[in-house]
Amino acid sequence: MEENIIVSLKNIAVDYDGERVLNGIDLDIRDKEFVTFLGPSGCGKTTTLRIIGGFVEAGEGDVFFDGMRINDLPPHKRKVNTVFQKYALFPHLNVYENIEFGLKINKVPEPQRRERIKDMLELVNLMGFETRGANQLSGGQQQRVAIARALVNRPRVLLLDEPLGALDLKLRKEMQVELKRIQQSMEITFIYVTHDQEEALTMSDRVVVMKDGEILQVGTPQDIYNEPVNAFVADFIGESNILPGVMKKDFQAEFAGHVFECVDKGFGENEEVQVVVRPEDVKVVSYEDGPIDGIVESVIFKGVHYEMTVDSHGFKWLIHSTKKEDVGKVIGMDILPDDIHIMRAEEE
Amino acid sequence: MKNKSSAFPYGVWMVIFIVLPLLLVGYFAFTTEDGAPTMENISKVGEFMPVLMRSVWYAVVATVVCLVIAYPLGYLISRGAGSRRRTLLMLVILPMWMNFLLRTYAWMTLLENNGLINRFLGFFNVGPFEMINTSGAVILGMVYNYMPFMILPLYAVMSKIDQTTLEAAQDLGSSFVSTFARVILPLSMPGVKTGIIMVFVPSVSTFIISRMLGGGGNLLIGDLIELQFLGNAYNPNLGAAISLVLLVIVLLCMSLLNQFGGEEEMEGALLDK
Ligand SMILES: Nc1ncnc2c1ncn2[C@@H]1O[C@H](COP(=O)(O)OP(=O)(O)O)[C@@H](O)[C@H]1O
Ligand SMILES: [Mg+2]
Repeated sequence: MEENIIVSLKNIAVDYDGERVLNGIDLDIRDKEFVTFLGPSGCGKTTTLRIIGGFVEAGEGDVFFDGMRINDLPPHKRKVNTVFQKYALFPHLNVYENIEFGLKINKVPEPQRRERIKDMLELVNLMGFETRGANQLSGGQQQRVAIARALVNRPRVLLLDEPLGALDLKLRKEMQVELKRIQQSMEITFIYVTHDQEEALTMSDRVVVMKDGEILQVGTPQDIYNEPVNAFVADFIGESNILPGVMKKDFQAEFAGHVFECVDKGFGENEEVQVVVRPEDVKVVSYEDGPIDGIVESVIFKGVHYEMTVDSHGFKWLIHSTKKEDVGKVIGMDILPDDIHIMRAEEE
Repeated sequence: MKNKSSAFPYGVWMVIFIVLPLLLVGYFAFTTEDGAPTMENISKVGEFMPVLMRSVWYAVVATVVCLVIAYPLGYLISRGAGSRRRTLLMLVILPMWMNFLLRTYAWMTLLENNGLINRFLGFFNVGPFEMINTSGAVILGMVYNYMPFMILPLYAVMSKIDQTTLEAAQDLGSSFVSTFARVILPLSMPGVKTGIIMVFVPSVSTFIISRMLGGGGNLLIGDLIELQFLGNAYNPNLGAAISLVLLVIVLLCMSLLNQFGGEEEMEGALLDK
């Protein structure tokens, strides 16, 4: 076992009313790491966090914290703090008192309390809001109080359940940077939950992709983006073209009516596979030069690039390109070996 | 203008049913039988001080007992799942569907010297105990009859406390006791105050319960007032004077309650030893 594992989930399963919502969750989280659970709504992200926080009992499996089994440790004795999905501020306390709550419980002396709360208020940009009641704040402000209230206790592990969900885009981007900075400077392990793939990819050291109560893939954002284990991950992580194909032999895949060079190997001869190509990896060339051809069906300007759909013998390609093509034009398309990702076909 | 006109029926209602009767009580309290102004009625109320004190004392005890029983009950009901919550609430409300007198009669037959309880205990050669016509029986009657008025407001405020708020407190390191003192209690204070008023006020002015369960020895201020209007002691002027004094006492108790009820003080008193 590695030394610097702080939280470890071993074969966790959870049932609600006879329905399995988590199954076989196995995960080691390293100290000071920024780990993100990513997955569609209802896939079990919150439940997994609550297992670590102590609010849900695992039906099967074990939870370890710092090498100690903590299955039966009540939440108030765990060295983790949570930023709840719906903030859960104390409605009878003001901003200052909300943040002070944990410090009082832990008997931090008054002068230090004041100092730490002041730092936190600065951090979340809520100076001057000390005496505001929790109910007199906007959603975004409440969320920032919730973050401050948890962080002020300097937990070893901070659990964050979609903490930026209520913020507008600009503030969300700012808080993403800010949270990442806090995590690095305070050297706290962050276990973060989001359904926003971009947020997951930009903030995390490692991403855990979940679906239907199971972990599909764990890896760095680069790994997940470039080597998705299956079509679901590929699609969830970013828009993709996913086509059926056949692996002719190592480094050669046939799809879209052509045989392409690729960098994958280890598949059976003529094994049926799925091929993933990112929209930005499809090169638009002249009709004569492209192994694939198609007719431009639509063009939408997206700010940085144009998003085009191109019909090629029934398959609709999604292409991101900085150069605009006219609707109705026949074009050619090419893909470099590096940009072709081969995955085993899913048995459904 | 618009607001005023829409409030008009409400105003009429208030005048007819609240202001007018109060004025009448005041008028009677400060006049003689012949309508001449006098302070005699008010000064005569002093003679009934022991009864007044007893009424307040019984009402305080009944209110405290109600609070002690209703608080955990209200909490349990508020935390229950949908179907269990409805069942428990129904059990609380059900007795109120029965006539007040009937309910109290039921207790009479239970508590009598050869009533159900004593006869049951007799099988085991225990008792009989003298239960009816005691102060305990009167207080029991108050607790039983007014308990729903304590449980319901407590339940109402407690069901508004979000479960995740309690989880947040635990998450920040507070044990159940500390969560109770720092979150549940302050958030349920409005319900406690309402409950106290709803139980104390009818208890302090009741006359049926004391009459039926207290025998002759536990006369309360409500009995006294009733006697002045409907009994052989017929003296509406004195009755009005006693009512007025009772009203003042109730108002004093209420303002006392508001003085003590400040959330911070409650929280502080419990936690900082
Ligand atoms: N208290 C509960 N009772 C019953 N089912 C629940 C409860 N909490 C969550 N679930 C179910 O468990 C599944 C996972 O929920 P959750 O962990 O909240 O998902 P996520 O946070 O990824 O959206 C969902 O299908 C949800 O309906
Ligand atoms: Mg969730």
